[in-house]
Amino acid sequence: MSRTDIAPLLQVSSLNAWYGESHVLHGAMFDVQAGEVVTLIGRNGAGKTTTLKSILGAVPRRQGSVRFEGGETVHMHSDRIARLGIAWCPEERAIFSSLNVEENLMLPPVVRPGGLSVEAIYGLFPNLRERRRSQGTKLSGGEQQMLAIGRILRTGARLLLLDEPTEGLAPVIVEQIGSTIAELKQKGFTILLVEQNLRFAASVADRHYVMERGRVVDMIPNDQLEANAARVKTYLGV
Amino acid sequence: MEVILARGWGRFKTGFTELTAVMALALVLAPAFGVYPVFLMKALCFALFACAFNLLVGFGGLLSFGHAMFLGGGAYICAQTAKAWGWPPEAAILAGTLAASLMGLAVGLLAIRRQGIYFSMTTLALAQMAYFIFLQSPFTHGEDGIQSVPRGLLFGLIDLDHPLAMYYFVVALFVLAFLAIHRIVHSPFGHVLVAIRDNEPRAISLGYDVNRYKLICFALSSALAGLAGSVKAIVFQLASLNDVHWTMSGEVVLMTLVGGMGTLFGPVVGAFVIVGMHTYLASLGQWVTFTVGLIFVVCVLAFRKGIIGESTRWLAVLGVKGPEGK
Amino acid sequence: MTEVFGVPLPALLGQLLVGLVNGAFYAMLSLGLAVIFGLLNIINFSHGAQYMLGAVFTWMLLDRQQVSYWWALILAPMGVAAIAAVVERTMLSRLYLLDHLYGLLLTFGLALMIQGLFTNFFGSSGLPYVLPSEFSGSFDLGFMRLPRYRAWVVMASLLVCTATVLAIERTKLGSYLRAATENPLVVRAFGINVPRMITLTYAFGAGLAALAGVMAAPIYQVSPLMGTDLIIVVFAVVVVGGMGSIVGAIVTGYGLGVVEALTKVYYPEASNTVIFVIMAVVLLIKPAGLFGKER
Repeated sequence: MSRTDIAPLLQVSSLNAWYGESHVLHGAMFDVQAGEVVTLIGRNGAGKTTTLKSILGAVPRRQGSVRFEGGETVHMHSDRIARLGIAWCPEERAIFSSLNVEENLMLPPVVRPGGLSVEAIYGLFPNLRERRRSQGTKLSGGEQQMLAIGRILRTGARLLLLDEPTEGLAPVIVEQIGSTIAELKQKGFTILLVEQNLRFAASVADRHYVMERGRVVDMIPNDQLEANAARVKTYLGV
Repeated sequence: MEVILARGWGRFKTGFTELTAVMALALVLAPAFGVYPVFLMKALCFALFACAFNLLVGFGGLLSFGHAMFLGGGAYICAQTAKAWGWPPEAAILAGTLAASLMGLAVGLLAIRRQGIYFSMTTLALAQMAYFIFLQSPFTHGEDGIQSVPRGLLFGLIDLDHPLAMYYFVVALFVLAFLAIHRIVHSPFGHVLVAIRDNEPRAISLGYDVNRYKLICFALSSALAGLAGSVKAIVFQLASLNDVHWTMSGEVVLMTLVGGMGTLFGPVVGAFVIVGMHTYLASLGQWVTFTVGLIFVVCVLAFRKGIIGESTRWLAVLGVKGPEGK
Repeated sequence: MTEVFGVPLPALLGQLLVGLVNGAFYAMLSLGLAVIFGLLNIINFSHGAQYMLGAVFTWMLLDRQQVSYWWALILAPMGVAAIAAVVERTMLSRLYLLDHLYGLLLTFGLALMIQGLFTNFFGSSGLPYVLPSEFSGSFDLGFMRLPRYRAWVVMASLLVCTATVLAIERTKLGSYLRAATENPLVVRAFGINVPRMITLTYAFGAGLAALAGVMAAPIYQVSPLMGTDLIIVVFAVVVVGGMGSIVGAIVTGYGLGVVEALTKVYYPEASNTVIFVIMAVVLLIKPAGLFGKER
């Protein structure tokens, strides 16, 4: 089973990004096959969130190559990229306070057939059904995270970019999110995950890319993670 | 401050004092070169008004939408004391300035409690109230205004009806006020003010009573605006509703923007440009309004730093550092 | 003859009706401003000029093309909205990343340009607009007479205001707009063309102002200066209502009309300043406005 036979769903090469004068990504390079769960790990400030944002076109300036399903997207505006089938769950969750839970859930438009129905999403996250008329920001941290993930599942996007989905959440909720990701993988979604929590990353991912100072410096398949524990520890500065 | 002109023209010192001296000299000599003193006096009054406004917005970071109330308020009080009570011009001008600064204190106390756009809207509301109060007060004579304000004898000696006497008095006052603003801006008070403008939370954390600084800045700015209004009332022997209308507040914003906000010479240049335009394009009638609007639009889109700001930037590109220190 | 605090009832009711009609215009105009500010964070100083354009276009349509009032109700707002869309695309959109101030100055400059231009062509005295014949006469309500046109103005404005509120609070597009106010980056990353939405919203706000202008043509003097002093009052209404609140703008608009009318009856000298007094008081006690939320 040679990976190089099938073109990757997402292929990032020579990706540079700037916030104003600040050059944050220096030629990042990696790829994600369809159906995989891949994580970006690394210290704070390594450029992981910027990488996700650059894929989506949500940074002020970027350069390089981002190929999604074979097509070049690095020059496109973010709304067009999203409509190609990429969805984003930002680190800050971005739940809208002027919308209730259901409106938040229904907000992202459906971009491809095959997304989960609202019922299916409530099935995954029953808490949301109970609170559907509540104002979006009145939910607990865990519930907001579930809402943030849930709302992009409706869109039918095949590639999901999740930024620190378990940050600040109780272990019970973290487990729930872990099993949700496993279910999504089963259903054929492709997930690119930014994660600080290595144990969580190991529990869901197929491969891990290590980022340092705006570059991808290493790739570790999940089954080799334990064997390389020492190396990983130095990367994460733990 | 040293300036090194590119292209090897040699070292050439141009600092603030030098530029002010050049400006003062130009003003003193201008009538000899045929420039109408009346136009110059009008421009100088507005230049002072714009400098006063710029003190508040450019250095204090507070955008007032109602500064006309100080210009007009000063004008009305000065006109009233000079005409109805027969005060000599220096006393009348002082009265106008004082009245405007008291208004400024009152307005400032109310407005400074809020930030940003709410501050600006408060000044607008209070200015509109002031407008209608002035409109309805008997002493202002409403639409007619206070007319035939006597020029009087300055210090009991100099007859201001003589055009050149009036002119040089205005020049002297303007230069003094301009120097005063420079001293204020470069004093410790001024430095704290700019610090508050740039990063208020930090200034608070350093222990400064920011509201007190803002209030003092507001009072100074309104006093200087009142001074401008008072002088204008004496020069043109008229105080009218135009001076307190909100479009006057808009004009001073434009002058400061065109000249360069936050610079010392900017408002002066801006005032001269706008007054010049009004005077020499007056024959175009309503096209003046259109042109003023066009200048606003062009400035906002392409020319935000104003004349002084942009030329300082250009000079910096050439390796020249100007009197503004940028 | 019943008297209320010394004023005969018919006179009071007459004034209140005038106040209600004025309030209808305040409400529609401040609704447009509040939509533009609340959803786009733009302080639209051109609003008065857009109102004036609606009225002048209506006059031009009748005078030059014999196009009736009813057609003008549709054509004039559409024309003004189109112009506003172009302005937003070419000029306003460059200023979004800067301070509020620049958007305000730009729209102020544009307002001056429009006013200057039209004063040149039409002079500053009024242009007469004949009341359409369908509206002549009045309803006899027993305790007072209600002129037909004024009844129409009040009803139509209530309809427009309610429809706008429903559109923003209940529809999908409305939820896109509300979300985009909070986080335009994320909303765009969901696949929604936020810049186009902003253009359409600005155009809609301008169209609302123009619609008010069309409705103003038969009863207020149509002149290039008609928006100038009105815009400041409308700003005050929006601030009192709450700068981001659409419902607040509508309620305050009608409220001001009524309050102004009452002031004219009982304390006429203050009728011009009452809104600014209220605004100063509200800014000191509840700066976010009666219905607003602190941002």
